Amino acid sequence: MNKSSKEAGMAQDVTIFYFAALREQMGREKETVPLPAQPVTVEALVTELRQKDVGMDEVFAASPRIRVAINQTLATFQDTVKPGDELAFFPPMTGG
Amino acid sequence: MGAEMDRLSADSWGIGGISVFMGQVRDGPDGLESLTLEHYPGMTEKVLTELAAEAVKRFRLIGCTLIHRVGTLVVGAPIVFVGTSSAHRAEALAGTNFLIDRLKTGAPFWKCERYQDGRQVWVDAREADDKAAASWD
Repeated sequence: MNKSSKEAGMAQDVTIFYFAALREQMGREKETVPLPAQPVTVEALVTELRQKDVGMDEVFAASPRIRVAINQTLATFQDTVKPGDELAFFPPMTGG
Repeated sequence: MGAEMDRLSADSWGIGGISVFMGQVRDGPDGLESLTLEHYPGMTEKVLTELAAEAVKRFRLIGCTLIHRVGTLVVGAPIVFVGTSSAHRAEALAGTNFLIDRLKTGAPFWKCERYQDGRQVWVDAREADDKAAASWD
């Protein structure tokens, strides 16, 4: 694979991290998923992923308060995901 | 904790007050053995840095220290240290309250309790913590 095609391929993906209880329920801490060609909201991406993955669908259905971060900043499910973004899903935070 | 206090007080002769809060692992009735703190490396540093900058600006702080531990901590172990200094006590006290309230619900940390019988339970977020954080909006 030459450099330009590799970059083009990677640019269509987003990396997703899962933390805490969500990481345990998903059975993985990280994955890379392809993005559709058009701009897509977190909500739409999650809906698509849940349709392909019954396990993920069950986890997300059972966890109504899942939070999302885009590129390490808290975001909402209405925000748009771009190629190359780093997404993270996690339960409400409990530090301090 | 003493060393962090010294560092805060050494920042400037203009400091009139220093306020600190330290949170630690509390014993419970059910035989808690330890807490494990998970975090989101990268986002954690980013959020804490932003929180500190906001507190310094909002409460005219002279100094500000935020320390949060991760990993497994036994009962009685410190979890979090918040320290602020300012010309007058009101700003330091308010700054410390602001930082701990916002940190609890806005910084990506999660607590998992481990009990003596081997049970492991993720701590649920408390509505009171959300309200405390929102009170600074």
